[in-house]
Amino acid sequence: MNLLAARWFEFVATGAGIIILVILAAVAAFLIWEATPALTADISELQKISWFNADSFLAFVAPLIFGTLLASLLALLVAVPLAVSIALFISHYAPRKFAGPLGYVIDLLAAIPSVVYGLWGALWLAPVIDPVFRWLTSFLGFIPLFADYQPPAKNIMTASLVLAVMILPIITAVSREVFLQTPRLHEEAALALGATRWELVRMAVFPFGRSGVISAAMLGLGRALGETMAVLMILSPGTLFSFFLLKPGQHQTIAANIASKFPEASGVSVSVLIATGLALFVITLLVNMAARWIVSRRSDFSGAN
Amino acid sequence: MSKRIDVDDLNVYYSDFLAVEGVSMNIEPKAITALIGPSGCGKSTFLRTLNRMHEVIPGARVTGKATLDGEDLYGPQVDPVAVRRHIGMVFQRPNPFPTMSIADNVLAGVRLNSKRLSKSQAEETVETSLRGANLWNEVKDRLDRPGSSLSGGQQQRLCIARAIAVKPDVLLMDEPCSALDPISTLAIEDLMHELKSDYTIVIVTHNMQQAARVSDRTAFFNIAGTGKPGKLIEMDDTTVMFSSPREKATEDYISGRFG
Ligand SMILES: Nc1ncnc2c1ncn2[C@@H]1O[C@H](COP(=O)(O)OP(=O)(O)O)[C@@H](O)[C@H]1O
Ligand SMILES: [Mg+2]
Repeated sequence: MNLLAARWFEFVATGAGIIILVILAAVAAFLIWEATPALTADISELQKISWFNADSFLAFVAPLIFGTLLASLLALLVAVPLAVSIALFISHYAPRKFAGPLGYVIDLLAAIPSVVYGLWGALWLAPVIDPVFRWLTSFLGFIPLFADYQPPAKNIMTASLVLAVMILPIITAVSREVFLQTPRLHEEAALALGATRWELVRMAVFPFGRSGVISAAMLGLGRALGETMAVLMILSPGTLFSFFLLKPGQHQTIAANIASKFPEASGVSVSVLIATGLALFVITLLVNMAARWIVSRRSDFSGAN
Repeated sequence: MSKRIDVDDLNVYYSDFLAVEGVSMNIEPKAITALIGPSGCGKSTFLRTLNRMHEVIPGARVTGKATLDGEDLYGPQVDPVAVRRHIGMVFQRPNPFPTMSIADNVLAGVRLNSKRLSKSQAEETVETSLRGANLWNEVKDRLDRPGSSLSGGQQQRLCIARAIAVKPDVLLMDEPCSALDPISTLAIEDLMHELKSDYTIVIVTHNMQQAARVSDRTAFFNIAGTGKPGKLIEMDDTTVMFSSPREKATEDYISGRFG
């Protein structure tokens, strides 16, 4: 009887795994199939599209990839330290009656639809952050990153800040769970050596949670890479390889570009957009593989043994 | 190095539950004191109060007095972190930091005390501590491997090396051999004999032969029943305790006629 149950479970689990692989392959096949006309079309054909302003498909998609990566990495740069701090506060610093509600509120952030984040970013955050950007550009404007701010704040920095808020809950939640699972054995080892709370965190909690935090960051990055509405509503688009973070009309992301162009696209222009979608798909896969590699690299030294 | 601990009328509570009641004892320097008794009688609880490790358990508290060479351990001015830097602890299950190399494990406590450590100082500390823990010859060629790559007995000796690397005054050991095989157990007992010349050692053990083999003084704890507090029944030189204890309960426990 038990053996039968085990067999069944094995069957169901294997089936589920195979289904996921099949779906993944189907999506990839769909993207490749639909993108092929754009990838094989003559350049003169593509240049008939009103918004296609490049000399090749690669030259068209490259700035979009750049914009996508820049927006997501900026978001990650803001979100990860914040999320790790909050997770640590909840797991190791906050009194219990405080930690629960705080974690709950952070989780709630994940339930807000992204179009609402877009509205929030465009209507509330942009005016509120305006004086900060003004200050940055007038005092640190000699650094190209902060040069040439023009209000309203419809630049990639604002978009990334909104993305950061959007990916905060998932990174916080996963990190918190990992930190809470730090073996008591290792925490006591640190305490018995005379570690302060912070030293305990550095000796036992962070090393144990490191790969979990990386996974959490990658989940967040995955969400940021594909996020469409918020970027679409906030960012004044451009297609440059630009590091002017505060200047409008410099960047665009793949997802937001697809969403803005798709309703009026037909024929080969649909195919071009799908081809950029394929690029996004590949980037996301690469990011995940890189994350796995980072996590496995020092598995000898990992807490799991 | 090597200080005495004097405990006077110590009670330990977990919230409202009185776990250990009215313990008074003197722990001599440069000697091994064994704490024996049936499981649940509060040996670990009592041991952890000696370096204030009980404080990491929510609700745990003590009343009474304990001094290290006359200095109050529980004084309002005393930082528990400082107490633990002077009174080291080895746990029942070996707990090297899995993400650290063998060498870094040894240095973990030292790095807390003195942030800057020159390379030669570090190497010297690693070698003397590992030699002190009888582990040097086994690991000297793989100091950069993770601590978790060692066997259980080696891991426990690594933990002892880590504890003695900071040159504590006292070493507390809570059933350090209970997760180990007989050979590793012997290695650790030998080690305790050597460490005794430098440290005050307190060891909790459920193994009577071990207490008889390694300790100079033995303290017997007992409980009247579940839910009742553990108490110190008697304490004496180990030879006396095992040949002619004053209390009937001690004799029963030692001769295996327990309960
Ligand atoms: N963290 C804890 N919280 C509440 N009660 C505890 C805790 N640890 C131990 N106790 C209780 O304290 C008593 C003594 O336990 P312990 O010190 O572990 O005994 P021993 O080490 O002698 O086996 C037991 O009744 C046990 O249930
Ligand atoms: Mg115990």
